[in-house]
Amino acid sequence: MAEGTFGSPEVVEEEVDILLIGGGMACCGAAYEAMHYIEASGADISIKMVDKAAVDRSGAVAQGLSAINTYIGGEQDPADYARMVSNDLMGITRDDLAYDVGRHVDDSVYLFEEWGLPIWKQPGDEGKSLKEGGMPVRSGKWQIMINGESYKWIVAEAAKKAMGSERIQERVFIVKLINDKNDPSRIAGAIGFSTRDHKVYVYKFKACLLAAGGCVNIFRPRSVGEGTGRAWYPVWNSGSTYSMAAEAGAELTMMENRFVPARFKDGYGPVGAWFLLFKAQATNAFGEVYMQKNKELLNDYPPYGQAAVPASCLRNHLMMKEMKEGRGPIYMDTPTALQKLAETMTPKEIKHLEAEAWEDFLDMCIGQAGVWAGENIEPEKTPSELMPTEPYLLGSHSGCCGIWVSGPTDVGAPESWSWGYRSMTTIKGLFTAGDGVGASGHKFSSGSHAEGRICARSMVKYVMDNKDLAPEFDTPVSELVEEIYTPVRTFLEHKDYSTAIDVNPNYITPRMLQFRLQKIMDEYVAGVATLYQTNEKMLEVAEHKLGMLKEDAKKMRAKDLHELLRAWENYHRILTAEAHMKHIQFREESRYPGFYYRMDKNFVDEENWKCFVNSTYDKKTQEWKCFKVEHVDIVDKTQLMKK
Amino acid sequence: MPTFVRTDKCDGCKGQDRTACMYICPHDLMKLDKDGSETGHAMRAFNQEPEQCWECYSCVKICPQNAIECRAYADIVPMGGSVQPLRGTDSIMWTIKFRNGKMKRFKFPIRTTAEGSIDPYAGKPAADMSKIAEPGSFTMDSLPGNREELIRL
Ligand SMILES: Cc1cc2nc3c(=O)[nH]c(=O)nc-3n(C[C@H](O)[C@H](O)[C@H](O)COP(=O)(O)OP(=O)(O)OC[C@H]3O[C@@H](n4cnc5c(N)ncnc54)[C@H](O)[C@@H]3O)c2cc1C
Ligand code: SF4
Ligand code: SF4
Repeated sequence: MAEGTFGSPEVVEEEVDILLIGGGMACCGAAYEAMHYIEASGADISIKMVDKAAVDRSGAVAQGLSAINTYIGGEQDPADYARMVSNDLMGITRDDLAYDVGRHVDDSVYLFEEWGLPIWKQPGDEGKSLKEGGMPVRSGKWQIMINGESYKWIVAEAAKKAMGSERIQERVFIVKLINDKNDPSRIAGAIGFSTRDHKVYVYKFKACLLAAGGCVNIFRPRSVGEGTGRAWYPVWNSGSTYSMAAEAGAELTMMENRFVPARFKDGYGPVGAWFLLFKAQATNAFGEVYMQKNKELLNDYPPYGQAAVPASCLRNHLMMKEMKEGRGPIYMDTPTALQKLAETMTPKEIKHLEAEAWEDFLDMCIGQAGVWAGENIEPEKTPSELMPTEPYLLGSHSGCCGIWVSGPTDVGAPESWSWGYRSMTTIKGLFTAGDGVGASGHKFSSGSHAEGRICARSMVKYVMDNKDLAPEFDTPVSELVEEIYTPVRTFLEHKDYSTAIDVNPNYITPRMLQFRLQKIMDEYVAGVATLYQTNEKMLEVAEHKLGMLKEDAKKMRAKDLHELLRAWENYHRILTAEAHMKHIQFREESRYPGFYYRMDKNFVDEENWKCFVNSTYDKKTQEWKCFKVEHVDIVDKTQLMKK
Repeated sequence: MPTFVRTDKCDGCKGQDRTACMYICPHDLMKLDKDGSETGHAMRAFNQEPEQCWECYSCVKICPQNAIECRAYADIVPMGGSVQPLRGTDSIMWTIKFRNGKMKRFKFPIRTTAEGSIDPYAGKPAADMSKIAEPGSFTMDSLPGNREELIRL
């Protein structure tokens, strides 16, 4: 076919056995593991990875990280980890999935160290690797400190070496999955477009790992001007994982869950090291430690409030009381913490500590260093404000929304939690990992990598077991190409109707559509505007407005390939937002106080709602169906309680 | 802190097909203005959507000319500060300038192996296909975990 132009792209069709959508931690783990098993199989299995960005710096780890947040170590058991995950997410997680990540994760951390990631060690153990028993510096029970500026670069290098560059396609944004013509509950392909050339890419495959991260910017961010890009969650993960899975018919789970991190105000720099490593305390404006002062509030939420470490949302809940009652700003008392440490340390050690505090920002949230530099904040002299952010949807950090997947069979989980291949969704051939997997959470970078590896084995097996499978698309390629390029055609057709390119009654810019989505979600679905509060009536309004927004999404324009990218990112955001709203509507309680409150059901109802909420979406009728799924513990939770 | 490109330093990556900053930005923000029609500066790169910049500094760190810097968000941060890195092969140097003129410098290691030296399967056993459906992986000696913790077994 002739070379494509803006109005009529070249269509590139490829057939592979396995497609990896995304090039983040999970897909890099999958690439590493899959290639080794493919090699060992002796079979001719083809595989490809597609990423909307450059794998070297794509996904949530693009900037680097200052800690690996999941490392079990010899002292702890995967069961302890599954317990922690459960309690932090208010009791409703899949122990089988968390346990499985827990027993695999350290192996990925060993690999990172071997590949060249610097991991901090206890004095005396400096030269000793973790694998050889070297003791790491823990900044918490599960976290270990690293010099992680090049974390993603290193993990990507290993994945790229394993795959070979000819198997990696960068700068292709996947828009849709395609179901099988002969079996709608099977996946057959995916379609996306290049953001560099006028090309549409169509992949036909037997199996696919959809791991395109979580979702940011469905709620109006606290930053609204030039600083809009400063969200805590990386602005480029736009809910592609959840929306494409939903449209393909995969069952989602716990989409009501969200994460509202409390971070340093404006820059959203990490607070973990300040709390855990430097033992700093958070206070209200009058120096009162709200975790102490308001601790009775925890009694409203047994048993989660009574655990030795209360759930993240409950810690926000205690902070929010101070904000609501007018005792803000909230501060991290950095001067007192540093003074206390200075009592037992030499000036040289203090200098080292100061460097560590800055490195925590510079490795993973450089913007925060910029805020401190601009405001002349030196942590030894000035405390810094804390603020809960706008809500984000994710499944691998301290959140658990995502897709319902088949679990391991050897840990005692109910039979209905596994239906064949580990990590497969309810759609045959469609797998997920990392932020894609729902009802687990707290996997972080290392756990997402490990989960990608678990998934890879399963996909290789699936492909070998289904050698003769011949996937066929349920929709003609030409129709799909037409749909993807609609925003371009809309623009070309109508651009000369008005003199101002952005104001035209025939189309809406992706940017304005995003603002509209954010306004709806912020004002009606418990964003920062209402201090995370909503109710049944507000949700009804949101439902109505989102419906019209979805209709208008068909009128988005794209004046270039960059805007076409923004258009489809926002389409993914709308579906993700809709799922979130529907789940909150269905769950008649406030399971995550501090993250969101349904003021008409402002309690945790253990009797009726200690269950998963799952949902499916019908792309033809555009209807969601939510339903309850029974929850079961596979490890004993009473051990979490304060002695 | 959106990035900005210095006209005196950027050389458009010497007219190569893809510039380093375009290659790396995870959010597709950096763009080369080939003929100067968008910025008035031909063959220089620019940030086409500054209000979408995550300040991840990926472009700043990769630019061979050190032509990219960040200017803190005008709508949030007082003027005058700056945070600028110099990334080498095994470490990164940071220079932080405060609004009041104070400076801080830090140097941190970034990796312990030479760039490009990773040999992913060196010294690893071949994958055992008979265990493909079992937990564990080819680099793992044994699975951790006390099975008695699993209360439904
Ligand atoms: C601010 C922040 C701080 C964190 N801090 C830590 C920490 O200190 N320690 C720790 O261990 N973990 C930390 N994490 C968690 C860790 O980063 C994530 O758990 C992990 O990156 C999840 O892996 P993933 O593969 O699911 O997603 P990601 O790594 O985010 O990868 C998603 C990939 O999908 C691609 N993509 C997205 N949409 C599409 C599409 N439509 N088509 C094609 N490609 C697409 C992206 O470009 C990217 O490559 C942090 C996360 C965040 C957000
Ligand atoms: S990487 Fe640097 S030199 Fe190259 S185009 Fe971008 S700003 Fe210019
Ligand atoms: S700082 Fe990051 S998000 Fe901003 S332009 Fe550079 S690479 Fe892109």
